[in-house]
Amino acid sequence: MRARTIVPALVLLLFAALPLLTQAFDQRYLLSVGTRIVIWSIAAVSLNMILGYGGLVSFGHAAFFGIGGYAVGILSAEGIESGWLQWPVALLAAIIWAAIVGALSLRTRGVYFIMITLAFAQLVYYLSSGLEAYGGDDGLNISRSRFGLIDLRDKASFYWLCFALLCASLWFCSRFAVSRFGNVIRGAKSNELRMTALGFPVFRYRLVAFIIAGALGGLAGILLANDGAYVSPAMMSWVKSGDLIVIVVLGGIGALYGPLWGAIAFFALEEFLQPILDLMHKGWGEYWQIVFGPMLVLVALHARGGIDSLLGRADD
Amino acid sequence: MTEPLLSTSSLVKRFGGLVATDDVSIDVEAGEIHALIGPNGAGKTTLVGQLTGNVRPDSGTIHFDGRDITRLPTHARVRLGLARSFQITSVLRDFRAIDNVALAVQAHLGHSFRFLRDARNERALRERAWAGLKAVGLDERAGVLAAALSHGEQRQLEIAMALAGDPKLLLLDEPMAGMGAEESRDMVHFLRGLKGKRAMLLIEHDMDAVFALADRVTVLVYGRAIATGTPAEIRANAEVRQAYLGEAVA
Repeated sequence: MRARTIVPALVLLLFAALPLLTQAFDQRYLLSVGTRIVIWSIAAVSLNMILGYGGLVSFGHAAFFGIGGYAVGILSAEGIESGWLQWPVALLAAIIWAAIVGALSLRTRGVYFIMITLAFAQLVYYLSSGLEAYGGDDGLNISRSRFGLIDLRDKASFYWLCFALLCASLWFCSRFAVSRFGNVIRGAKSNELRMTALGFPVFRYRLVAFIIAGALGGLAGILLANDGAYVSPAMMSWVKSGDLIVIVVLGGIGALYGPLWGAIAFFALEEFLQPILDLMHKGWGEYWQIVFGPMLVLVALHARGGIDSLLGRADD
Repeated sequence: MTEPLLSTSSLVKRFGGLVATDDVSIDVEAGEIHALIGPNGAGKTTLVGQLTGNVRPDSGTIHFDGRDITRLPTHARVRLGLARSFQITSVLRDFRAIDNVALAVQAHLGHSFRFLRDARNERALRERAWAGLKAVGLDERAGVLAAALSHGEQRQLEIAMALAGDPKLLLLDEPMAGMGAEESRDMVHFLRGLKGKRAMLLIEHDMDAVFALADRVTVLVYGRAIATGTPAEIRANAEVRQAYLGEAVA
């Protein structure tokens, strides 16, 4: 068996069983860490589609967190708590936003694309801070979406729902990567001029990819809002967009499971580096990114394909 | 008289004070090889850019296959059957040779908004890609990354990609550029094999290749088409000899 097949299978199995394990070992807190990893993985899978496969460095992906989250939050504040209504509305909002941002930003390249996606994300960030009726800067406490069938207030049920959605995202991404559509997206990353000269209207394909990624990012936002029963402008700050890029790069750009590896590494380090540093010296834990930063530099210098490429090396 | 496949009429393109294309009217008949020659800076690249849709002319029109394509974007022109190869080799370097051609086939086989099916298993794509590679003699290198192919092989791959859509007109921008003598000879031989089946507009510096292949030659100097005629006529044209061929064909 090859590491590239067996490691993802084992990790996914472990994640599938996480609620049982955390209950058996009485480590409930780990389940909330696991939930966060799974939700952020979905967002990272979505970013990986355009950044990894498409070569489009979107620096505003956290806006989709915010739009998905706030759509749920605002509906909830207005007394509409049915998930059957909230979730489609939230996804639609993310899709519309992606269509607008994509239609404008995809006409630019390189650093201009990065700046425009960032600018649009900042726009919704400040917009949400200004929503005084919905908490403004302080954010908004919400009640979790109601579905009837499953109770999202039950931590294990909610986790499994998130995990199922992650599996579906990974499945879609694996199909997308080798499909005709994925070929066009990857080809345009490799040589856009050539793809146009072959007869592909590249812009149109990229826009659709951007919208798909946006919808998936919105889904992650919906889940994030339900996880914390809370939405706030902080969930779409540019730092979160940066974290998402870090996760994708750390895990392995354009690798199917890269977003999962990246999210695991990112949150595991955040969770465990802090207490370790605090043990060494009280108060150091706050600065865990001082250790994390150099690790990123090492990955950038020595493991271009991120964590995923280490699995490839184990196979060779 | 039948209408030519491609024709430009009074095409003009200025860059500031420089007139890069100065009232150029040329045409390519179906099935003919029409060569475009001219010294460096004659405006060949600008003219090609206007034909492919990368450069917008200031005035004049371009007709292809009975349609006015002057304002059509690049990808739409390709779909009408106007394919090109690049002066500087342009392939998808991190795709295998076979996948390069398969993508070219895909561009002409319906739309690509198909998300779930593995394109590597689509027989329609694979079979035509194989046939395309075989036609240029690259089938034994099918599984090699395009970046790992030799320069000559990459040029062949480009031709295979351009031919994949079964174009009516091939726009070949210096197909022999950077090739060794033997590779050039092979390319000339290959292009001659296509002669009569598809029209070609050949931009080329290699005069031996031009005179071996072309049915007609147009000479471009300082943005103007100063002469069009058979290779023999062009060789004999005094103005051309003075302006351009003077040193080259003494």
